[in-house]
Amino acid sequence: MPFIPHTEEEVREMLAAIGADSIEALFDEIPAELRGADLSAIPEGIGEGELARLMRARAAADHQPLCFLGAGAYEHHIPAAVWEITTRGEYYTAYTPYQAEASQGTLQLLYEYQTMMARLMAMEVSNASLYDGASALAEAVLMAVRANRKAKSKRILMPDTVHPRYGQVVETIVRHQGITLEPLRFDPTTGRLDPAALSEALLPAAALVIPQPNFFGCLEAVDALTDWAQAHGLLVIAVVNPLAMALLKPPGQWGREGADIACGEGQPLGVPLASGGPYFGFMCCRRAHMRQMPGRIVGRTVDLDGRTGYTLTLQAREQHIRRSKATSNICTNQGLMVTAATIHMALLGGEGLRRTAAACHANTRALLERLQAIEGVSPAFTAPFFHEVVLRLQRGSAAGVLEHLLEDDILGGLALSPFYAERYPELDQTLLVCATETRTAADLDHYAASLRRALQS
Amino acid sequence: MKHDSPSIFEQSRAGRRNPAHSPRAPDPDLPPEYLRREAPALPQVSELQVVRHYTRLSQRNFAIDTQFYPLGSCTMKYNPRACNTLAMQPSFLARHPLAPAATGQGLLACLYELQEILKTVTGMQGVSLAPMAGAQGEFAGIAMIRAYHDARGDHDRREILVPDAAHGTNPATAVMCGYVAREIPTDSQGDVDLAALRAAVGPQTAGLMLTNPSTLGVFERRITEIARIVHEAGGLLYYDGANLNAILGKVRPGDMGFDVIHLNLHKTFSTPHGGGGPGAGPVGVGERLLPYLPIPIVAKEEQGYRWLEEADCPQSIGRLSAFGGNMGVLLRAYVYARLLGREGMGRVAEYATLNANYLLARLRAAGFEPAFPERRATHEFIITLKRQAKELGVNAMDFAKRLLDHGLHAPTTYFPLLVPECFLIEPTETEDKDTLDAFVAAMSAIQREAETSPEVVKTAPHTLPVRRLDDVRAARELDLVWEETAEKRE
Repeated sequence: MPFIPHTEEEVREMLAAIGADSIEALFDEIPAELRGADLSAIPEGIGEGELARLMRARAAADHQPLCFLGAGAYEHHIPAAVWEITTRGEYYTAYTPYQAEASQGTLQLLYEYQTMMARLMAMEVSNASLYDGASALAEAVLMAVRANRKAKSKRILMPDTVHPRYGQVVETIVRHQGITLEPLRFDPTTGRLDPAALSEALLPAAALVIPQPNFFGCLEAVDALTDWAQAHGLLVIAVVNPLAMALLKPPGQWGREGADIACGEGQPLGVPLASGGPYFGFMCCRRAHMRQMPGRIVGRTVDLDGRTGYTLTLQAREQHIRRSKATSNICTNQGLMVTAATIHMALLGGEGLRRTAAACHANTRALLERLQAIEGVSPAFTAPFFHEVVLRLQRGSAAGVLEHLLEDDILGGLALSPFYAERYPELDQTLLVCATETRTAADLDHYAASLRRALQS
Repeated sequence: MKHDSPSIFEQSRAGRRNPAHSPRAPDPDLPPEYLRREAPALPQVSELQVVRHYTRLSQRNFAIDTQFYPLGSCTMKYNPRACNTLAMQPSFLARHPLAPAATGQGLLACLYELQEILKTVTGMQGVSLAPMAGAQGEFAGIAMIRAYHDARGDHDRREILVPDAAHGTNPATAVMCGYVAREIPTDSQGDVDLAALRAAVGPQTAGLMLTNPSTLGVFERRITEIARIVHEAGGLLYYDGANLNAILGKVRPGDMGFDVIHLNLHKTFSTPHGGGGPGAGPVGVGERLLPYLPIPIVAKEEQGYRWLEEADCPQSIGRLSAFGGNMGVLLRAYVYARLLGREGMGRVAEYATLNANYLLARLRAAGFEPAFPERRATHEFIITLKRQAKELGVNAMDFAKRLLDHGLHAPTTYFPLLVPECFLIEPTETEDKDTLDAFVAAMSAIQREAETSPEVVKTAPHTLPVRRLDDVRAARELDLVWEETAEKRE
């Protein structure tokens, strides 16, 4: 019996201790008419060897092409040590650190994680993580409404340059709480928000969301946007790529005051693509707002002997204490992913992350140079970019080009029109492409040659 | 074992690098106003320092791989290593979430079959694997109930009924979905108070959230009657799958009358808890809620597997994550489900229940007081240490901390809130009899100690990396990030 250690003799002894005739008798409080479900549609159990063959065959069927696709999930080098350590049983099979004295490893690691994230974002405090980037943004929106009562508004200004899937997730999660998301159009020339287009007609509102880089890879004018928002009583929610923040101005330094909340997708910090998860969401904020922050938070304290130790703190915000008055129903973080991210950040260090980010930028620039040399291919926007660009194709269809590239074993990017057909028909025949530090010059040449052929065919 | 553990920041030395992990790159050609002035102040440590530090930190944890972990309502069973190895194959890890379905047919086959297995074992009509945790599954479930009522123009249903024994996530979820949570009391035998339920239901009732077996460790015997009362009032029934391990393969929530259910794959399907996540909280629904399932969902068609998205599911409550869920967790659960097979699932419930009832019988014989002495244990049960607290001044937390000294993780303490000084104990099916006996012996030893030298118990633990921690100071003098100087603000 897989994973059940009982011998027949032990079962007899145990039943005797209980005073029951059979294991079946232990279910005698369950009404008989509820029993006897037909499970025949579930396959019979198989051994590990046979299952391993099946799973290896399935993995082999999923050969992965050369990746030039980003759009919120990015291929990066992950040092071997990261997952070697992360999957140690002591991390992998531990529970939430409620018994602090028996969980000092996880707790100290989370405290170090909080410190690293706060420093990366140049913010004062961090929580111990949320589910993913999109749901972290949803939680940030809820938090901003709680934290900005003065605004007397449940309206959130949500630029169209935020990842469209993030917008959808935020809508799913906040729609029942009377919060409205006010979409902000972007400048079709630059590919980003025009700070001059923000007007008082948008007020009152509780917060402005600012992506950096934005979904198109473009850099937003974060200083001007932050200053406008804060001058009008809005909180600023930064939704950022954490790797980019090693190179770009971090949320805590935006404008005169810095962003109020920073959140985003932690995947670029040591988490594999893995078809979309598990990843982790991060969230940082000012100390002034930390009691409104959702999710677990670890604090440093002392034990009876005055020795340093770590424990979960500010639990009065959480559902297991506050129940219907909690800041969120969240009762977990993404502990294991954060374990990986902490080890990843420690291995690369600030300078290493900066170098990786700079290499991503340089590679994307080099890719763009090769591609825009092809007739009929041009960048769609003029704003500076980080490690993604939008290409406009003068001929051929974006979907057709992607199919052609796939035949050359290239994952060529994302066709934007399905996401923007209604509001921005001009984004028809555009591709969002990305070249991280993992792409070589030969990879870029291969892409360019393949795209050239695709457009000629 | 007791030794200081300096933070990774204290081991940092300016100028130390690991150049192997990041390429050389030219300075970025970007306007200066976009750039960060200095690299972030992360630790500057060698690879060996990192490996040693985080390996040593791991050794300051209790974990299933090293300790018995009878944490009630958390189902800390063995996490088979095969699940990890087979889910972490390179081509699964390398796949981009937006890659065409054609490059993921192997993955999608696993996910589709997992959907089917979960459907059958819960007795529901449809399953979505999208929710990333139990609490998100709960959110999806209640959001679907709301979508159902809204689609019928039934807008006056404003209340979700929640038994007072429920997990805190239940009322918190109801509020997130725009409902008022109304508590229903529990009777002295641990069942829902039917008279109070009858009095509470009405045209304002959107639904009832129920965990069965409940968090009190007993099976709700009148579930069919409860379902009838709620359904007749026009409400729907939500099954919180936190305790599904107790009945897996024996009784199905669908057969009990539930309209929607979430599962915690990190409990029942043995995916790792990872120090607190990631989990996965798939939802299953009956006929009425099928159109509202969160997306994406895997479909099997003639050309192969594909994701159903907005266009296929126009009434869906929508997306819960950017990319569709915790795939790596789902793969592990799939491997586990195939290893168990249909017979193995029933055995989970059987041996989990056997272990719990045995442990209860032994503890009772050793003089500990069950909270519900007339009832069978399910996969878990409660003892109350109120007598010890009153007579000896040694409370449940003291017992919990002293168990740690015996190399045993403590049960869940002070939950559910209804039972004073309680231990909620869930041994799971993967523990052997000797381990359970050792737990009883440790509890008896602590009891004797509490009678003879209570201070030892009250100041436990004594053998862990730290002694009892000052939670009050942690909350008052908030120290949430490490700083160079000893003098910190506040």
